[in-house]
Amino acid sequence: MIQTRPTRAIRFRGRSFQALALCPEAPLDAWLQEVDAWLERSPGFFGGKPVVLDLTGHDCDATSLSELVQALAARDVRLLGIEGADASLAGAGLPPFLTTGKATPFPEMAPVPAPAPEPPVAQGLIIEAPVRSGQSIVHPDGDVTIIGSIGSGAEVIAGGSIHVYGALRGRALAGAYGNSRARIFCSKLECELLAIDGLYKVADEIGAEWRKKPAMAWLENDTVKIKSFD
Amino acid sequence: MAEVMVVTSGKGGVGKTTSTAALGAALAQAGQNVAVVDFDVGLRNLDLVMGAERRVVYDLINVANGEARLSQALIRDRRIDTLHLLPASQTRDKDALTEEGVKRVIDELRERFDWVICDSPAGIERGAQLAMRYADLAVVIANPEVSSVRDSDRIIGLLDAKTMRAENGETMEKHLLLTRYDAQRAGRGEMLSVEDVLEILSIPLLGIIPESEEVLRASNVGSPVTLNNAQSAPARAYMDAAKRLCGEDVPMIIPSHKKGLLDRLFARRAA
Repeated sequence: MIQTRPTRAIRFRGRSFQALALCPEAPLDAWLQEVDAWLERSPGFFGGKPVVLDLTGHDCDATSLSELVQALAARDVRLLGIEGADASLAGAGLPPFLTTGKATPFPEMAPVPAPAPEPPVAQGLIIEAPVRSGQSIVHPDGDVTIIGSIGSGAEVIAGGSIHVYGALRGRALAGAYGNSRARIFCSKLECELLAIDGLYKVADEIGAEWRKKPAMAWLENDTVKIKSFD
Repeated sequence: MAEVMVVTSGKGGVGKTTSTAALGAALAQAGQNVAVVDFDVGLRNLDLVMGAERRVVYDLINVANGEARLSQALIRDRRIDTLHLLPASQTRDKDALTEEGVKRVIDELRERFDWVICDSPAGIERGAQLAMRYADLAVVIANPEVSSVRDSDRIIGLLDAKTMRAENGETMEKHLLLTRYDAQRAGRGEMLSVEDVLEILSIPLLGIIPESEEVLRASNVGSPVTLNNAQSAPARAYMDAAKRLCGEDVPMIIPSHKKGLLDRLFARRAA
C-alpha cells in the first residue's frame, strides 16, 4: 500500500475587511473624556466592533501610545490595528500596524439609504373573452394575451407584446410606450392596423399573402415586418 | 320567474321590431304571458307592427313618470289574450326616460308576466342602454353583412359592460338571431355565411330567419309574422327560435337554396 505523505498546503488569501477607524485628537486627555461622554450616551457602541486606531498627524512616543492603547482597552475598545503611527514604535503588546487603509463608508454608520422605488414588475394581462368592436384595452406595463378575437373596430394597446389566440380584426398596438422589441402574434391576421413602438402598417399595406393566416409582426430597421406561421 | 329579454342590434333596420313582435307572439301562442315594450321613444313602431296603433292612450314614459298606471298603458292583443304591448311615446325623446323610472316599470312587469321583451332603439346611446339595462338575456339581431355584424359586436360589448347583470358580475346570456338570410346570395358569396357571422360574434345561435316577402306583408297589415301566416318560412323560424328560448331542443335548419329548373340544367351541363 502506497502511503502518501500528508502534505497539506497552507493557503493564504488576501482579504479586506471593514473596520471603524478611531481618530484621537490632541490633547488626548480631553479626547478620552469626550469618548467617555460618548460611551455614556451610547453604551456598548464599540462592543465587538473591529476598531483601528488612526494616529495620522499625531506625534506620540512609545509610552504615550502604550498608555492610549491601555486607556482604550479599559473602555472596552478592542483594537484590530494601528494606522498612521511611526513603524519604529511597533512592538510587543501593541496591535499590528496597518498601512493599506482606505476610507469607506462604515455600513452601520452610514445613513440607511431610502429603499429605491422598485421598478414596476411587468405584469401580463390575460383577457379570456373576445374584445368587442368599440372596446379598448390599454395595458402600459406588459404583455396582453387575448383568448378570443379582437373584433373589427376594437383596439388593444400594450406596453409589451400582444398575443391573440383568435382572429385579429381590429387594431393592435404593441410596445406603445417605447418598446421596439415588442411583437404581435395572432392565430388569424385580418387586422385594421398593426403598430409597434409607434410605427404602424394599415390593412392596405399588409399583403394578401399574410391575410387570414397565423402570423407574427415585429420591428426591424424601423419597419413593421410580418411573417406567417403556416 | 319572469325573464326580461332585450332585442337589440346597434344597427337600424335589421329587424329588431319585427323580431320583437314575432318572438313575443310566438311565445304567447305557446301559452306564455308576454309583454312587449317599445323603448324607441320618439320613433315608435312596435304599435304599428302589432296592429295596436289606434288603441294607444298612455305609454312607457307616462308609466315611468308615474302619470299613469301600468294597467292603463298596457294594450292587450286582440288575437292572443296573453300578449300585451307597452307602447313608446312618439312626442317625447329618449331623454324623457330615467333609469329609476325604467327600473320601476320593469319590476312591475316582472310581477305580471312570464316574458318581458324590450324592443331596443338603434344606436348605442341612452335609449339603447336603458332598454338593455335591466335585462336578464339578450337577443342580438344581425343581418349577414359586415356593417351589421360589426355593430352587433359593439352591442355585445355593451351588454357585457353596461347592464345591471354585468355590473353585478353576473353573466349576460346572449343569443344571435340572424335575420334576412338569403341562402342564394350567401351561396354566391354576396353575403356572409352563417359560419362567418358565428365566428365573428362567437355567441350561440338562436335562429336563422330567411329573407321573405312574408315579413313585409305582415308588417304592413299590422300583424306579427307568426300570426299572419304561421306556415310561412320566417314564421316557422321564429316559432322554432321561441321554442329554443323556452329551453326546447329544436334542430337548427340552415336555409338552403332550392335548386330551380335552370340550376338543374346548368348542373347537368357542368357534370
